[in-house]
Amino acid sequence: MLMETKKLTKRFGGLTAVNDVDFTIEKGKINAIIGPNGAGKSTFFNLLSGTYIPSEGQVFYKGQDITKRPPDKIARLGVARTFQTNHLFEESTVLDNVIVGHRLRTSSNLWDAVFRTRRFKFEEKKCRDKAMEVLDFVELTHVMDEPAGSITQEEKKRVAFALALATDPEVVFLDEPTAGINPGETEGLASLMEKMVQRGITVCLIEHKMKMIMKLADKIMVLNYGEKIAEGTSEEIMNNQAVIEAYLGGGASA
Amino acid sequence: MVSLLRNRGWLIGFIAAGVLFPFVLPNAYFLHILTLAFIWMIAVYGLNLLAGYTGYLSLAHAGFFAVGAYGLGLLTVKTGMNYWIALLLACVITSALGLVVGLVSLRTREHFFAIYTLCVGYIIYLIIDKWDSLTGGVRGLIGIPEPSNIGPISFQTPISQYYLIFAFLLLTILIMYRIVHSLTGRTFIAIRNSEDLARTLGISTMKNKLMVFVLTAFFAGLAGALYASFIRFIGPDIGYITIIFDLLTYLLVGGIGTLAGPIVGTFLIVALSQSLQFLQDYRMLIFGPLLTLLIIFYPRGIVGAYHDWRLKRKDAQRTRPQKEQEYFETEEETEKQVKEG
Amino acid sequence: MDIFIQQVFNGLTIGSVYSLVALGLTLVYGILHIPNFAHGALYMLGAYITLTMMLLWGIHYWIAMAVSVLVVGLLGVLMDRLVFHPLRNAPPIHDKIAAIGILLFLEAFAQLIWGADYRTMETPYGQVVNLFGMTATTQRVLINIGAVVVMILLYVFLKKTYTGSTIIAMAQNREGASLVGINTSRVAMLTFMLSGGLAAVAASLSAPINLVFPGMGHLVILKAFVIIILGGMGSVPGAILGGYILGFTESLGATYISNDYKDIIAFLMLVIILSIKPKGLFSREGF
Repeated sequence: MLMETKKLTKRFGGLTAVNDVDFTIEKGKINAIIGPNGAGKSTFFNLLSGTYIPSEGQVFYKGQDITKRPPDKIARLGVARTFQTNHLFEESTVLDNVIVGHRLRTSSNLWDAVFRTRRFKFEEKKCRDKAMEVLDFVELTHVMDEPAGSITQEEKKRVAFALALATDPEVVFLDEPTAGINPGETEGLASLMEKMVQRGITVCLIEHKMKMIMKLADKIMVLNYGEKIAEGTSEEIMNNQAVIEAYLGGGASA
Repeated sequence: MVSLLRNRGWLIGFIAAGVLFPFVLPNAYFLHILTLAFIWMIAVYGLNLLAGYTGYLSLAHAGFFAVGAYGLGLLTVKTGMNYWIALLLACVITSALGLVVGLVSLRTREHFFAIYTLCVGYIIYLIIDKWDSLTGGVRGLIGIPEPSNIGPISFQTPISQYYLIFAFLLLTILIMYRIVHSLTGRTFIAIRNSEDLARTLGISTMKNKLMVFVLTAFFAGLAGALYASFIRFIGPDIGYITIIFDLLTYLLVGGIGTLAGPIVGTFLIVALSQSLQFLQDYRMLIFGPLLTLLIIFYPRGIVGAYHDWRLKRKDAQRTRPQKEQEYFETEEETEKQVKEG
Repeated sequence: MDIFIQQVFNGLTIGSVYSLVALGLTLVYGILHIPNFAHGALYMLGAYITLTMMLLWGIHYWIAMAVSVLVVGLLGVLMDRLVFHPLRNAPPIHDKIAAIGILLFLEAFAQLIWGADYRTMETPYGQVVNLFGMTATTQRVLINIGAVVVMILLYVFLKKTYTGSTIIAMAQNREGASLVGINTSRVAMLTFMLSGGLAAVAASLSAPINLVFPGMGHLVILKAFVIIILGGMGSVPGAILGGYILGFTESLGATYISNDYKDIIAFLMLVIILSIKPKGLFSREGF
């Protein structure tokens, strides 16, 4: 168990987006969170990565309480994430977009930058090497020098993966990584996630594509109206009455 | 190495032109205008790092400019302090003020930040205007000394002042260049792209934003202090919001978020203003719409448009696999220097 | 005590003007999320147009004001179509700069046409009246009454008419509004029309007790920004309340603290508020 939430709750005004959720993320596995639109999945992610501060409950990372830590501190512990939208800098090259990902493992400052110190040179190279390494991992070496604006949607998703990986994470949260991608490309991203797990990185994702999740995920949690309605392996989830009702009743396609 | 020269060409050209100008055209009036333009460029570079590279539009920088100018003016006139110490102190005071303002204002975002800083700028202006016993109010502050000698070098002639301020400008450009082409610069750009993403990449956004803010306040203060000792008379007007609009126009026309932009924009607009002297107060009839049209059609100004055009041309040629390192400007130095070093 | 009552009345008068200007600003912000720095220039033009009508053609004050409302309102629409509409998907820094460009242009334009001199506007309502033991000119009384009438009309328009309710709908949820078939471009234009009109009314009402000059919008617009942050960006009641609060604070501050520094009060207020609540007093952005 790498991460754990206890009675995690987030309220916005009168609306409870996440209610009393206990969840564990298993180390070295693919963990998935599914649920109809508006079920509170993204909010749950934002609570785990520190973007939102929970109204109640706690978040633990390796047994350590990280509930109120800011996102940058959580990232430094080894928690990375991607967003649904790509925040790539389109005029800049793919490689340049990824270099900053390793920034948190460096310490050179303004002084080093202005005076081009030894540390500056060492760390610039370190970040560049890291970026090349993760781009190689996500199989994007061939578009490394293209402007980020000119690559395909699927490649952009891979850049976002690379950026997260450049932070040297132990766990990566992927917010709907295959949204807006065709089935063939989805396969590719799925095998990339498996590759990450083989490298010892824990994966946790939000997804709509049920077929893919059922095949891919080791562990699934189902959220509905902010509450956990089921948790378990794919078989357990598929046979769970509450889940079937939530999906059929909610009108969302499974 | 060839590409390195080509990409830095504009800078080398600028330095050569700046050094040679007084010899080629020894005209006191032009020299004066150009020196003044250099001072504005320093301030615009500061603004560029904040607005262009970090994505925060500060409207308080005319205030900081005035604080630098009044800092130097008051220290030299009222306490008779040595010019260079006063210059340093003026910059320190402005930076300190920047730190205080930054600490609170940077917690706000986007529109709130712009409005907040606008108000801070206005407060600074009003204080200078109303605090008669200290600043001389609307009558202004006169008798600010020129830079005192450094050893055998004196700064009494317009030419020597020209070169002094030019040297400060080059130093500013060097610092900006090195910041932008470093991990620190990449960090700022990451914040501009998306603050949420930057934070999940482990970047402490507040710390970085504060650093930029103080740095840009420093450059605004430096420009202000140089202005005070160059013009040798200052009034509350230099802190008024029209100054920040001027600076923004220079930046936008040249190209926000580009390294050559502040030079190009400032030079062009100052030159244009001089040739449109007959318009005087009405120059905004032209610059106002220019600013608006630019932001609609060429949001990255002349330099940005030039880069886009070059990129397109390269695309069209398709002679060899693209190896262009387009990092907001064309420069490829980070990579080159890392490899060489 | 007399001074106090007098100052309360003054505060009410100043507050009325602030509220009207802030209303226009907050409507545009609520619907389009544009901090329209050029709003102050619309205010200034409103005063000049009324003044010119009266001086040049001897048109009656109220009719001149009506013309001014129409002209400035149309100018607002023009601004939307030419500048803000093309920029609707641009990064937020862009529309701020564009608005500043418009402001600079309109001010230079006013200076070109009317010169940089300070002018006064004479109205038929210069006589002094006695009210509840204090003295005031009829014009000042009219400012108060006029502002309230305009606010009531605005309220009725927004709440009771279909067109008005589309504005409210769009302010609450832009995407939702467009989904239920509201023509968002039309609503945007309408909002700019209203916003410009409100600025013209405010300027025409207050010009007789102030001066008319190209830079007259600067302080007013800055203060209007303070007000809408105070009252919640996009909130109509907030703009009205905030306007009156600032009016009172200034008028009392000028009497009991310092007349020189009265203009700073608004900005200090804003700086303090935003220091404590970075998203404004009534932030709706909790999500």
